[in-house]
Amino acid sequence: MEPIQIILVFLVACVCGMGSILDEWQTHRPLIACTLTGLVLGDMTTGIIIGGSLEMIALGWMNIGAAVAPDTALASLISTILVISGGQDISVGISLAIPLAAAGQVLTILVRTITVGFQHSADKMAESGNLRGIDMLHVTALLLQAMRIAIPVLIVALSMGTSVVTDMLNAIPDWLVNGLNVSGGFIVVVGYAMVINMMQAKYLMPFFFLGFVVAAFTTFNLVALGVLGLVAAIVYIQLSPKYYLKEALAQYGAAGGGGSKPANDLDDDLDD
Amino acid sequence: MSSETAKVTVGEKKLTKRDLMSVFIRSNLFQGSWNFERMQALGFCFTVVPIINRLYEGEERTEAIKRHLEFFNTHPYMGAPILGVTAAMEEQKANGAPIDQAAINGIKVGLMGPLAGVGDPIFWGTIRPVFAALGASFASTGSIFGPLLFFVLFNAVRLGFRYWGVFYGYRKGTDVVSDMAGGVIQKLTEGASILGLFVMGGLVNKWTNIDIPVVVSTTTNQEGKKTVTTVQDILDSLMPGILALGLTFACMWLLKKKINALWIIFMLFGLGIVGYVLGIFAVPGS
Repeated sequence: MEPIQIILVFLVACVCGMGSILDEWQTHRPLIACTLTGLVLGDMTTGIIIGGSLEMIALGWMNIGAAVAPDTALASLISTILVISGGQDISVGISLAIPLAAAGQVLTILVRTITVGFQHSADKMAESGNLRGIDMLHVTALLLQAMRIAIPVLIVALSMGTSVVTDMLNAIPDWLVNGLNVSGGFIVVVGYAMVINMMQAKYLMPFFFLGFVVAAFTTFNLVALGVLGLVAAIVYIQLSPKYYLKEALAQYGAAGGGGSKPANDLDDDLDD
Repeated sequence: MSSETAKVTVGEKKLTKRDLMSVFIRSNLFQGSWNFERMQALGFCFTVVPIINRLYEGEERTEAIKRHLEFFNTHPYMGAPILGVTAAMEEQKANGAPIDQAAINGIKVGLMGPLAGVGDPIFWGTIRPVFAALGASFASTGSIFGPLLFFVLFNAVRLGFRYWGVFYGYRKGTDVVSDMAGGVIQKLTEGASILGLFVMGGLVNKWTNIDIPVVVSTTTNQEGKKTVTTVQDILDSLMPGILALGLTFACMWLLKKKINALWIIFMLFGLGIVGYVLGIFAVPGS
């Protein structure tokens, strides 16, 4: 790797590292992180393809409450470096990156613990009404999160040219590569399972099965599936008694002189 | 409350549009100092710095900073309307309205739970997976359109919501609470869940590759043509993608048993390697 590439990779790693704590611009998502890494390594197309494959795996990885998800930033950057600069197969690059997502998760937890100290420093800043100090603390904590990704990535980038690493990567046996390829085909379900569990709405599961069956027996693409899902959602909301009864009641109550036990009146109507 | 305090506010401390803009811009770094003790507290304080700066001096400033360093955690984008409401309350307080420390924190804490409950299914469960899936399907062919589509669409929605949230929250002041209860949010959450689940169902089917080439029977017809039936053929005739469905449910069950997602991924890697070596699974696309 050229020195300029190493510097650029470091900078991309900083941006992606910040992205994974902020969860705002999504620079930590494989689609973006792998593309940027590919770009600075001189092979953006490969970067995009890796990003697409890794994104499918990581689709449901999310930070909810205080739970920390596996880290997509570290996994994205290192897998792209392994494939483009290390000459590995895409599936191997991605598989090797998954343990790194775990390492990234541990590092995130570490930094999130270290920043507890920043919180206490902020308490001291408050005493003197130091708003500038609050700004500094917050931004420093953010930079710490950037280093969490940038330093490991720098180490990998620097070691990529060495013969030991190259020999190690080239010694990966075929059965392992093929086995990883097989798993790559179905590892994506973990992410889907995470999304479905998060919804926590058992009574809405018929819509999941509907989506599954439609996809099973048609060649509809994602846009078509999205539109169908949207239509299903709108129709459900329109027809759900939970909503239209409430609205009907509000209207009925107003027309009938207001507050004259509208619920009972409606019950009577329904009994007829 | 707003009509009473309006008398007090005339010609006094007033937040400018610029201050709120500044809050909106800072809110892009909302979670920068997320920590396990008070979570988004320092981030919240950082974001409302322009407001504190405008409204308070001396002892009152110290009080205000401390107030916003209390525990806080919600969905990051859902922080926007809460920031707006906080700005409105602080403005009223700074002008002498009888709003105490506890009222402001009460509103913040009261809103953060329900709004996180709304934001998670909408942003993490629907908007991001759907846009990311769309982007990934283009990206798998190497098209730059994939990452661009995801980046532009998602951030347009996110920034739009953030901007609207801060200003809406400010305009509505404390009334926002009753507004949120009006059923609209519930409809939105439920609708998002439906769309999310529907698309997930489609993805489980479309984006999962499992091939079991184990031969069940080989029959030869009168013309001497051989027909090989594999386990996969039988499963496909039943319902294409049925194994993926089963695997998804297995994962959901394991996740509910509090097993770490990464362990499940490692287990699946093990399954794939062992399965390939034993000849149960075939490499996809081969």
